[in-house]
Amino acid sequence: MMLSTADWMSVVDWSRAQFAMTAIYHWLFVPLTLGLGFIVAIMETIYYTTKDEFWKRTTKFWMKLFGVNFAIGVATGIILEFEFGTNWSNYSHFVGDIFGAPLAIEGIMAFFLESTFIAVMFFGWNKVSKGFHLTATWLTAVGASLSALWILVANAWMQYPVGMTFNVETARNEMTSFWEVLFSPVAMNKFFHTVTSSYMLAAVFVVGISAWFLLKGREQLMARRSMMVASIFGLVFALVAAATGDGSGVQIARTQPMKLAAMEALYHGQKGAPLTVISVLKPEKERMTQEKAGWMNIEIPRMLSLMSYRDGDAYVAGINDLVEGNPERGLLSVEEKIERGRVAIGELARYRQAKQGNDREVMREVLAKFDPKSSEGKTFHKEYFRYFGYGYLSSPEEVIPNVPLVYYSFRVMVGAGVFFILSFLFTLWLLKKQQIETRRWWLWVLLWSIPLAYVASQAGWIVAEVGRQPWTIQDLLPTVAAVSRIDSASVVVTFFLFVVLFTTLLIAEIMIMRRQVKIGPEPLLSDPEQSNDKTNRDE
Amino acid sequence: METYLFLQHYWWFLISLLGGVLVFLLFVQGGQGMLYTVGKSGVERDMIVNALGRKWETTFTTLVTFGGAFFASFPLFYSTSFGGAFYVWMLILLVFVIQAVAYEFRRKADNFLGEKTYEWFLMINGVLGALLLGVAVGTLFTGANFTVNRLNLANVGGDTAISQWTTPWRGLDALADYRNWALGLAVLFLSRMLGAQYFLNTIDDKSIRTRSRWQLWFNGIPFVLCFLLFLVSIMFSKGWAVDPSTGVISIEPYKYWHNLLAMPAVFVALVVGVAAVLTGILCDLCREESTKGIWLSGPGTVVTVVCLFLLAGYNNTAYYPSLADMQSSLTIYNSSSSEFTLTAMSIVSLLIPFVVAYIWYAWRAMNRKKITREEILSEDEHLY
Repeated sequence: MMLSTADWMSVVDWSRAQFAMTAIYHWLFVPLTLGLGFIVAIMETIYYTTKDEFWKRTTKFWMKLFGVNFAIGVATGIILEFEFGTNWSNYSHFVGDIFGAPLAIEGIMAFFLESTFIAVMFFGWNKVSKGFHLTATWLTAVGASLSALWILVANAWMQYPVGMTFNVETARNEMTSFWEVLFSPVAMNKFFHTVTSSYMLAAVFVVGISAWFLLKGREQLMARRSMMVASIFGLVFALVAAATGDGSGVQIARTQPMKLAAMEALYHGQKGAPLTVISVLKPEKERMTQEKAGWMNIEIPRMLSLMSYRDGDAYVAGINDLVEGNPERGLLSVEEKIERGRVAIGELARYRQAKQGNDREVMREVLAKFDPKSSEGKTFHKEYFRYFGYGYLSSPEEVIPNVPLVYYSFRVMVGAGVFFILSFLFTLWLLKKQQIETRRWWLWVLLWSIPLAYVASQAGWIVAEVGRQPWTIQDLLPTVAAVSRIDSASVVVTFFLFVVLFTTLLIAEIMIMRRQVKIGPEPLLSDPEQSNDKTNRDE
Repeated sequence: METYLFLQHYWWFLISLLGGVLVFLLFVQGGQGMLYTVGKSGVERDMIVNALGRKWETTFTTLVTFGGAFFASFPLFYSTSFGGAFYVWMLILLVFVIQAVAYEFRRKADNFLGEKTYEWFLMINGVLGALLLGVAVGTLFTGANFTVNRLNLANVGGDTAISQWTTPWRGLDALADYRNWALGLAVLFLSRMLGAQYFLNTIDDKSIRTRSRWQLWFNGIPFVLCFLLFLVSIMFSKGWAVDPSTGVISIEPYKYWHNLLAMPAVFVALVVGVAAVLTGILCDLCREESTKGIWLSGPGTVVTVVCLFLLAGYNNTAYYPSLADMQSSLTIYNSSSSEFTLTAMSIVSLLIPFVVAYIWYAWRAMNRKKITREEILSEDEHLY
C-alpha cells in the first residue's frame, strides 16, 4: 500500500496527536495514584500504631478516592503500551531490544504487586489481619512507584540513549549494558523528579479537599489532621522535586541543548546567559533575529549559565547556534548533521545491496564501520552514526520544537512548584498556630490549588516531551522514520474515538469524585441516608 | 543447544505460559458476559460483580505483561502485528479500556453514564475481549498479510517502514478464516465455562449456583465443538517450517501434526490438559455439591494453551506465518531480542515463582470466605 508524502506527514502528525492525547489523559490520573497511595499508607500506619478508629475512618475515606482515580488510570494506561506497536511500528523494532525489557520487568515486578495487593487493600479490611492489610497498602503504593521507575527508565533512554550498540544485520539498537540503561543519570533524575512531583500533586489534592471540608465546617478534625500529614509529605517531596528539577537542567544542557534553548527561548548563544523569569515572546521571525526573544523581560543575570553548567560565565548555546552551527564553540550545523546522518544510513543501504548481491567483502566493510570495538567503528560512530536520525530530516528547521509551548509550560511548572513549597510551609504554620480555619481566604486558595497542580504536572510533561521533538530517540530516530505505515484516516478515527471515550470517562470520574467528597467519610453510626451508592438492597 | 537458541526457546515458553495463564484468567470476561443470564436480580448481579471485581485486575495485568513480554522478547512480532493488524488490536484495547472503569464506577453515585451502561461495558468486554483475543491468537497458526524488510530503514526519503500490511483490512482480514473464528469462539465459550465454575467456587448462593451449572452445559458443548474444529483443521493444515541453519522458510503439509509427533511431551500434555478441562467441567456438572471443578479446568486450560503456543513456535515452525511473503514469516529465531537482552530478562524472570507465590497467598487470604448475600448487603463502602 503506497501512501503519498502528504498522507505520510499526516500520519506522523495524527499519530503524535494520538500518543500525546492518550499520554495526557493517562497522566491526569497517575500522579494522584502515586502520591495518594503513600499518603493513605502513612495514615493507615498511624491507625495501626495508635489503634485509633479515627485514623481507620480517615484512611478509608482517602482510599475511596484513591480507588476511583486508580481505575481510570489503569483504563488509560493500557492503550499507551500497545500504541508503541500500533502507531510506532518502526520505533518498536528499532528500540524493542532495549525499551521492551523495562516494560516487561515493569509488568512482572510492579503491575502484579499493585494489582494483587490493591484487592486486599480494598476488600480485605474484614478478611485479613491488620498487619497484612497494612502491608498490602504499602505494597500497593510501592508497586505503583516501581512501575513508574521502569517506564521512566525507558523514557529516559529515549532522551539519552546509552548502553547499546547498533546491529546492522537486524537494523536495530541492541542492549550491551543493562546497568547503564537502568542507572543512567538521566533515568535516575527523571524518576525522582517525576515521582516526587507526583507526590506533591497528591499532597496538594489532599490539602485542597481538606480545605473544602473546613470551609463547609464538616469533619474538621479529619480535615486538619489530613492536612497536616499531606503538608509535611508534600513539603518534603516538593523540595526533592526542586532539587531533581535543578539536576535535570544540568543534564539537559549536556544531552539535549535544543530543549534547554527552547525552554529559555534563547536564540543567540552567550556566555554568562541570564535566566528569564518571565517575558512575552515575540513572533517567531523577530525572536530569531532580534537580541531578545521576548518583551517585558524579567531576568536574573548569569543565572542560566550557573544553573546549567554550575558556572556563571559558561557559554549556553542558542537555537540559532544549534541550527546554523557555531565553529568557535565546536557546534556542527544541522545541515552538516543531516549530511553525516545520510552517510550512516547510506552505509546501511550499501549493506543491503551487498547482501542482495552476496558481496561478502562489502558486507564485512560495512560491519566493521558499525563495530563499536574497533577503532574504525569508534570513529564512524563519533563522526557519523551519532547523527543517524538527522539523515531522515528534510530541512534543518525540523529540529526546532514548538518554542512558545515549551517556554511557557516550563514557567508554569516551575512557578507552580515554588508556590506549592511556600503554600505547604504557610499551611503548616497556620496549623501549628491553630489559625487555619479562621483564614478562609487561604482555604479557598488551597482548594483552587488542585487544578493548578494538574496544570503544572501536565506542563512538566510538555516540557519533557514537546521539548525533545522531533526525536523519538534523541538524534537517532525522528518521528517521521518511527511511525507505522497506516493511512491517516485510520488514526483519525481512533484518535477521535479515544478522545470521546476518555473525555466521557473523565467527566464521570470528576462527578464521582465530587460526590464521594461530598458524602465524606463513612458515618460513625450506620446512616443509610448518607450512603446512596451502596448495593441494591431494595431488591 | 547453544545459549541463544536456548534463550529463544525459554522466552517462547514464558510467552506461552503467560498466554495460558491469561486464557485461564479470562474467566473474568466469561463471568462478565453472563452478568444478566446468571444474575437475575440486582443483588445477584452485585454478587457476581464483586466476585469478579477481586480478580479483574490480575487478568488485566496479565494481558499487559503478556504484551510487554512479547515486546521485550520478540519485538519484531510486536512491531509487525500491532502496527499491521491495527483495527483488531485497537478494538481489543477499546473493550479493555471500558472494562477497567466499569467495576469501580458502576455503583457509584453520579457516575454520569448510569449503572446499566457500565454493565454493558462489562458484557461487551466479556464477549468481545475473549473472542477477539482468540481470533488474534488464531493468526499464529493461520497467518497474516504482512511483509518485513528490516533494511527498509535505509530508504531515506522513501518508504522506511520495516513491517507493512498488504491489505487495507488491517487485521480484520483474520475474520475471513473460519479457523480463527473457531479458536475465537472456543476461547469465548471456554471463558464462560470457567466463569461459571468460578461462580460455583466463590459465590455461596443457591440460585446463582443452579444457573451457573446450566451455563456449563450451554457453553461446554459449543466449546468442545469449536475447539475440536480448530484443532482438527489445524492438524490438517499446512504450516510454515523454517530451516534454522539458513533461515529459509518453506511450506510443510500437516506441519502441526508433525510437531505433535516430534514433541511427544507436548502431545501428552495437550491430551492431559484437554482431559483436565473436561473432567473439571464434568465434576461440576455431575455432582450437585461440587464447587471445585475450576481447580482441574483452570490448570487444564493453562496446559492446553501452553501446548498450542509451543506447537505454533517450537520445532522450527514460523509462529507468525506471512501470507503475503513467505520469507517474511516470523520465527522465534528471526524475531527475538538479542542474546544479551534475553539473558538479562531471564534473570529477572527468576522472580516469577515469587510473584506467583504472593498472588496465591493473597488470593487464599481473600477467598477464605465465600461471597454471600449478607456480605453484599453489608455496609462496607468498598464493595463494587
